[in-house]
Amino acid sequence: MAKAAAKVSSGGAARKSALAGREFHTGAVRLAVLPPAERISLRAPAGSVAALSKALGLDLPTKPKASASNGGRTALWLGPDEWLVIDQTGDPLANCSEVKDLHSAVGVSHRNVAFSVSGAGAEATLNAGCPQDLSLEAFPVGACSRTILGKVEIVLLRTGEDAFRVECWRSFSDYVHDFLVEAAADTGG
Amino acid sequence: MTQPFRIAGAGRLTPAKTARFTFDGKHFSGLAGDTLASALLANGVHLTGRSFKYHRPRGILSAGAEEPNALVGIERDAARKTPNVRATVQELYDGLAAVSQNRWPSLNFDVGAVNDFASPLFSAGFYYKTFMWPKAAWKSFYEPKIRAAAGLGVAPDQPDPDHYASRFAHCEVLVLGGGAAGLAAALAAAESGVRVILADEQAEFGGALRYEVGAKVDGMDGWAWAQGAVAKLAAMDNVRLLPRTTAFGYYAQNFVGLTERVTDHLARPDRHAPRERLWQVRARRVVLATGAIERHMVFADNDRPGVMLASAARAYLNHYGVTVGRQVGVYTANDSAYYAAIDLKKAGVSIAGIVDLRDNPGGPAVDEARALGIEVNHGRAVTKVGGKLRVSSMTIEPKNGGGGRTVAIDALLTSSGWTPSIHLFSQSRGKVAFDEATKRFLPGTYAQECVSVGACNGTDGLEATVAEAFVAGEKAAKESGAKRFKAQKIKVDAGETWAGSMLGSGPGAGAGTTVKAFIDFQNDVTAKDIRQAVHEGMRSIEHVKRFTTNGMATDQGKTSNMHGLAIAAETLGKPIPEVGLTTFRAPYTPVTFGSIVGHAKGKLFDPTRRTAIHPWAEKHGAVFEDVGQWKRAWYFPRAGEDMHAAVNRECVTVRQAAGLFDASTLGKIEVVGPDAAKFMELLYTNPWEKLDAGRCRYGIMLREDGFIYDDGVVGRLAPDRFHVTTTTGGAARVMNMMEDYLQTEFPHLNVWLTSISEQWAVIAVQGPKSRDIIAPLVEGIDMSDEAMPHMSVREGKICGVPTRLFRMSFTGDRGFEVNVPADYGEAVWEALWAEGRKHGACAYGTEAMHVLRAEKGYIIVGQDTDGTVTPADASVDWAIGKKKKDFVGIRGLTRPDLLAPGRKQLVGLKTRDPKIVLEEGAQIVADPKQKVPMTMIGHVTSSYWSENCGHSIALALVVDGKSRHGETLYVPMPDRTIEVEVTGMVFYDPKGERLNG
Repeated sequence: MAKAAAKVSSGGAARKSALAGREFHTGAVRLAVLPPAERISLRAPAGSVAALSKALGLDLPTKPKASASNGGRTALWLGPDEWLVIDQTGDPLANCSEVKDLHSAVGVSHRNVAFSVSGAGAEATLNAGCPQDLSLEAFPVGACSRTILGKVEIVLLRTGEDAFRVECWRSFSDYVHDFLVEAAADTGG
Repeated sequence: MTQPFRIAGAGRLTPAKTARFTFDGKHFSGLAGDTLASALLANGVHLTGRSFKYHRPRGILSAGAEEPNALVGIERDAARKTPNVRATVQELYDGLAAVSQNRWPSLNFDVGAVNDFASPLFSAGFYYKTFMWPKAAWKSFYEPKIRAAAGLGVAPDQPDPDHYASRFAHCEVLVLGGGAAGLAAALAAAESGVRVILADEQAEFGGALRYEVGAKVDGMDGWAWAQGAVAKLAAMDNVRLLPRTTAFGYYAQNFVGLTERVTDHLARPDRHAPRERLWQVRARRVVLATGAIERHMVFADNDRPGVMLASAARAYLNHYGVTVGRQVGVYTANDSAYYAAIDLKKAGVSIAGIVDLRDNPGGPAVDEARALGIEVNHGRAVTKVGGKLRVSSMTIEPKNGGGGRTVAIDALLTSSGWTPSIHLFSQSRGKVAFDEATKRFLPGTYAQECVSVGACNGTDGLEATVAEAFVAGEKAAKESGAKRFKAQKIKVDAGETWAGSMLGSGPGAGAGTTVKAFIDFQNDVTAKDIRQAVHEGMRSIEHVKRFTTNGMATDQGKTSNMHGLAIAAETLGKPIPEVGLTTFRAPYTPVTFGSIVGHAKGKLFDPTRRTAIHPWAEKHGAVFEDVGQWKRAWYFPRAGEDMHAAVNRECVTVRQAAGLFDASTLGKIEVVGPDAAKFMELLYTNPWEKLDAGRCRYGIMLREDGFIYDDGVVGRLAPDRFHVTTTTGGAARVMNMMEDYLQTEFPHLNVWLTSISEQWAVIAVQGPKSRDIIAPLVEGIDMSDEAMPHMSVREGKICGVPTRLFRMSFTGDRGFEVNVPADYGEAVWEALWAEGRKHGACAYGTEAMHVLRAEKGYIIVGQDTDGTVTPADASVDWAIGKKKKDFVGIRGLTRPDLLAPGRKQLVGLKTRDPKIVLEEGAQIVADPKQKVPMTMIGHVTSSYWSENCGHSIALALVVDGKSRHGETLYVPMPDRTIEVEVTGMVFYDPKGERLNG
């Protein structure tokens, strides 16, 4: 595929994600590498939130650990002026470029690799390396956080009672994959 | 196989469920549910090891975690050999193989026991005194001998094949200790619905109810009640029960470390299961229900096998159905030992008599013992015992002296009272207080949100314990947010209360004589040692501890600390609180390295980072080097090439045609906002305001002290957007430093930083053919010299995907860096590679990159600089904006010592013999004929063979280097002195014509 792409200048180089398509189950956990997505790192002061929310078609959350979704698009609160916007279909960078209010939108689609961790053992799997309280009370569906897993930084989003999305930087994806596999094995099938 | 000391009908184990095991190769059988200790005792085996210093025969003292003596090696297979396992904690499994320790050639006959006779040589402090002379002998003789003789057990000599898990957990109420107190607290808290974790080091919850058979709770037998409570708790979703789990450390903000032993008790562990699991728990409230530990009596030869704690004998009888002897003596200053005698007597064991140091013992236990016909000798002491490998007699004397008599026994149960287990409370930074009435240290002032209940709080008696624990559990739940309370009160119908205690040595400890009355069994510390320490000038208990090693063994003085303290206080003539208590430190019991390491071993020891282009490099035979966590292609050897040949070829090919280099690991930061240029002006020495969009500049970043911190090429994509690159190693710290300054010093600037290091794969295409290779693949970018001069950046497409195309050079030849979104990195590389092949290009690695940049005198921050080099020292002060009023480090640069002559400056070096390649790090001198040590005036920072130049090249930091051009200096090496000439830093194409070549 890559070789074919090399012969033409405009035919489009082949996209090759880290760990593409890897998936496996243990008794209580299902791990999968998620398909590519559009992502932006969005930074903006409070005064720009309304305009950006309108352009993005969702209300940018302003509370810690909160996320907001609309269709295939999710905005994760990572800090007082920072969001990670993940989009399965649209182009959030283009949406933001229409906003005149003060902000910084930087494309980071390829920076991250995403995993889904689901099943009855999902919470325990993540708690093997994430020190946060991941109970439904403290970390309900839709909660998100930039946190750690073992020795690396991740962004964690709870997508269901028994389901999480884990985002890490591309070159840490081997580590995160191996960690999750080992941790999942200790969740008691 | 028979178990002659197992009593039919006694205990809670099932007689049909046998388990075979070996001890020192000899075959035995025990029952499922036994510990190794109880199984050995069932077979009449008391002798389990030899002591640390004197190699004295030792037996089983306790029935729990406090065991100082019965330490054995457990050997599952060649790689799974665990030394110093407490036989009292190790659960029996079928096929268990245990070996005794610290003996040679055998446990019964140990050559090392000669130390016992030579003991005057090994008295307290002997390490400090004996090996002082002759000094030279320390390294060659004493240290190796001591190292060989010291230590207990044999460390495994193969990698640990087991794996270890770790888990973080949160709860409202963490209850540590699962005896009656812990269970009552857990029940009270759990019924309110809050999350409760209950941990206990034993295999089964129940604590002292294991042996206190008279107890009745809620109308049930105490043990049965405990198991009912466990079943109730286990059925609740909000409760996590952790048996076989020891809380070993209590840290800040109710953060508690616990290790769970998952498979050590199993005959055939699931190989996927971890051996241990480390729990790191954050709790809103902690309930400490850690109980108390019984102390032994201190008298001559009190370490003989068969001499043990009274409560232990009771546990062996009432839980395991094992009697520790046939003719049992009891020596006590406490009521609890009476119950041991009572239970044994009722089980048909002959009691040779109770010896009580107290003058008028009374109460229900004493009455019951007497009623059973047990002889009670009050106001008397056991002054010595007979027997060597097993106790055979006790000598009873009036405590104030007078005629004694000797009674035959085969076991002696002792108790001098109970020491509250305040270890975790003390670790929580709580302050202990001495209770004068009961001679106990108890929890005093709390430092964290925790509460102590039951025996560890000095609460005596089952009824008071359960009542206190229940209230505390309910309160802890309430304080951590519980709203509803429905727990049923627990009613204690019958329970024991134990009075009486003594500290220190009894009459049999023989003040001033040569007898060995042990305080600390594991470290072989006697009463005499403590007295000697005081006589030799130790005043603080911390000094006494270190001088005698009392309490410093793996049991951390659980049975010995209070005795040692009391004897020291008595000798000093001071009250106990004035002498003080030694600090309790984590861990409470030994923790395996495996448990601490957890998942972080093998490939999870540290992340291995690979670029998007890594698979291509791997496929094309690259040799990789580690650069921080990254794997980087070092060079690409062809068949028959060594590193030298490959690097030479790569260097020549780049300059003659072109080369492709994976520069993806470079740090990249996107700086965005209306104040982006202002921010760049403040963070870098260079001017940025006037840099046009589409142009690049080499930037230098300083620390406040004026020294170079990082460098890199920065492209201005738009008036409000910069694409900053950093060194590979500096990526994270540069981002942190920028963010730090932005938030603390320049918060008024409207600018934001985003790490894009991993968003972009970077392919450097360098060499005269570089443009010819790239151009056919690019759309929307005019790559002519006029439209895209050196140091410019364009956005467009390559191979149909977005690119940020930099024209820049780290080789001195015409060059580009192609940035593409990382997932396209490999495909675009392939395309460039295919084009490159048409022009004779090669792939090159980090080594050639280093050589090529050194040929041009381009510095590498961190290699040619070391944190003490200024821009002027490195001859890059041209990159300082001369008109700038402010940037980080501007003030540091004016420090007098940074302007004074005599600084080390970066220069080039050429060896007189062009074939000699200097060693990096080699020192430089002006006069090679000086005496050693010579005055060193600098060192080599970079050195390579340059195939392009036809001679070796080097960069060096040399005192006043810039004014030395043309001078001859010397590099003394072990085998020769190398003559070098100081030159400029540029060895190749000094006019820089090749940038457009």
